Amino acid sequence: MIASPRHKVLPALDKLGVFIAIGLLATLGFAPLMVFRANRIVLGETVDIAQAMPPGPMVVLLASIGVAGVAALLKTSAMMRLIASLAAIAVLAWVVGVSASFLVEGADAVARASPASGFWLLFGIFALMATDALTRMDPKPSLRIGLVLLAGLALAAFLASGIWDDLSVMREYENRAGSFAREARRHLFLAFGSLFMAALAGIPLGILCHQVRAVRGPVLSVLNIMQTVPSIALFGLLIAPLSWLSTELPILRAIGVSGIGAAPAFIALFFYSLLPVVANTVTGLAGIPANVSEAATGMGMTERQRLFSVKLPLAFPVILTGIRIVLVQNIGLATIAALIGGGGFGVFVFQGVGQTAMDLVLLGALPTVTLAFAAAVIMDALVDIMRPSGVQKGSQ
Amino acid sequence: MIDIEHITKRYGEEAVVDDVSMTVERGKVAVIVGTSGSGKTTLLRMVNRLVEPSEGRILIDGKDTHEIPGHLLRRQIGYAIQGHGLFPHRTVAENIATVPKLAGWEKRRIDDRVDELMTLFQLEPSQYRDRHPGELSGGQQQRVGVARALAAEPDVLLMDEPFGALDPIIRAKAQDDLLEIQRRFETTVLLVTHDMDEAMRLGDQIAVMAEGKIVQYADPATLLVKPASEFVDNLVGTADRPFRLLSLRKVGDIVEPGSSEGEPVQPATSLREAYANMLWQGRDTLPVVDDQGNALGRVRMDAISPWAARPA
Ligand SMILES: Nc1ncnc2c1ncn2[C@@H]1O[C@H](COP(=O)(O)OP(=O)(O)O)[C@@H](O)[C@H]1O
Ligand SMILES: [Mg+2]
Repeated sequence: MIASPRHKVLPALDKLGVFIAIGLLATLGFAPLMVFRANRIVLGETVDIAQAMPPGPMVVLLASIGVAGVAALLKTSAMMRLIASLAAIAVLAWVVGVSASFLVEGADAVARASPASGFWLLFGIFALMATDALTRMDPKPSLRIGLVLLAGLALAAFLASGIWDDLSVMREYENRAGSFAREARRHLFLAFGSLFMAALAGIPLGILCHQVRAVRGPVLSVLNIMQTVPSIALFGLLIAPLSWLSTELPILRAIGVSGIGAAPAFIALFFYSLLPVVANTVTGLAGIPANVSEAATGMGMTERQRLFSVKLPLAFPVILTGIRIVLVQNIGLATIAALIGGGGFGVFVFQGVGQTAMDLVLLGALPTVTLAFAAAVIMDALVDIMRPSGVQKGSQ
Repeated sequence: MIDIEHITKRYGEEAVVDDVSMTVERGKVAVIVGTSGSGKTTLLRMVNRLVEPSEGRILIDGKDTHEIPGHLLRRQIGYAIQGHGLFPHRTVAENIATVPKLAGWEKRRIDDRVDELMTLFQLEPSQYRDRHPGELSGGQQQRVGVARALAAEPDVLLMDEPFGALDPIIRAKAQDDLLEIQRRFETTVLLVTHDMDEAMRLGDQIAVMAEGKIVQYADPATLLVKPASEFVDNLVGTADRPFRLLSLRKVGDIVEPGSSEGEPVQPATSLREAYANMLWQGRDTLPVVDDQGNALGRVRMDAISPWAARPA
């Protein structure tokens, strides 16, 4: 890597790039790319890159890893790094499908091929590189949302193309396509529904806490305590009162409320969501400069006009930050609902754990993580869009 | 016209404004000056009822301010504060339109008024209308704050240290602009400051406040030559007194026929500035010219000096 013997000057290296390059080399050297198993529950045998695919795809994969590694190592432009890492991810996604088909070809119909540590490490390293490049480019919020939508489209294209059909997680999906759609709907209902109800209740409660000092302390304390109750315990705690309610009140039973199932999960998520929404509403309202608030009254606004046309709009980015926290948290927490029969992607996770079938666990975990990630990026972008222009980031 | 009659504000036992009475004539500028904590802001805020008085009453154009609800009263009274308090999420035009909108003006009338005020305050409407306050300089923000206070054509304008956050050069300009606009609209202004220079410069009448009471309410010259107490005397600054007297007079008042060498001054230049120029240039006369540079005559140091002396 020495530029010329005369000058003996090392080319300028990127710090993170050195780490990335070492990671890539170590992964290629020591981590298996794929796992092959005779059926879905036995322990598999690991397969190195060389054995995992035909030479063609292997050359393409190694070339793209090499290009991305060099781009990371040298002080290249952020755009360059982004393109190299995204291209490497795309190649990786293609190769993993090709490799799965290659491995199960000619084998038993129940044989399974899935990505192993090497694949996940490569994926993680390139994702890190892409995120770092994006951070350096500091894209506009609208562009960030666009990128997420684009990634979603790419994902859909891969799924639709059939390239991944021989991957074991897709085999699991095939067997459960019907229940997957149902649990996906249930998961979204739990996460978004409880968030919606929490916003509906939490924002007015936050406003009340702001207006009436005496209410603030007690409300925030109760919500804080609620937040510290472990989720599974909160689910459990709700079983008894809800079963009692549903026996006592036929109306509730009629709409499907009972001690176990979606109702206690929904209610628990609602309670977890309340604190971030209320706390951020209070913080947002408290952060409004005193002279802005005084000017509003001094101009002749009524208390209500001041709240709706000055205070809430100014507090909105902070409230939205609370909603973002809740959404990401809810998407993750909704997984646990499956434990009390509440449905959602957690169904696959817990079934998979029970059957020691990792593929089934992934069928539940991968969509959850993807959803949470997309929600986080989109909500962050929305928070930035909502900030009035000329107001600095983080000045609220 | 503002009539403040025996107004008192108590927080607990303590009267932070204590039995204050004063009158501001229509179209005049009255300045309340005093040390920090003397009750200036509280007194000002009782006029538009942001603070409710414990005792006494305030009349505006003869009408008791308690005859209408507070928020309706405030829509009729302009209000500008230190650090401007502009709404950061609204554009310049929306900020200025706040009170007319609350008062239910027609859109056309609001737009015309916003453009008129922006032009008056030297903010080109096409360029600045849609900007947000965060995209303006401190001086521009302050001008938008005053424009917003004047938007609904109030007869009375209250200002609480409106220029406090500006640096000296921009502040002097802002003060001149305020006086010009105040004369143009014949607005009655009640302004609070802790800066005696600002009070002298702006006030037709100055109320000196200490510990909740008005210790003297008089025109600037009277304050300088007949301070009611040692406190006022100190506040006015004995060493600067002759120069402050000079700054109350303009060259135009004492211009005489004749010509002179030296850098010319204008009729609107204060005697203080003309005197300083003479000292600096080492002359005892200076030419006087108008805006276009036409000679109007000259001004003599001998003619200036008597204005700096204590009246007999
Ligand atoms: N809401 C309030 N409650 C209690 N004391 C107050 C309140 N507002 C002002 N004060 C007190 O009244 C006094 C006068 O305050 P203020 O009118 O703001 O003075 P200034 O504007 O002259 O600096 C100060 O001592 C201040 O602490
Ligand atoms: Mg004050």
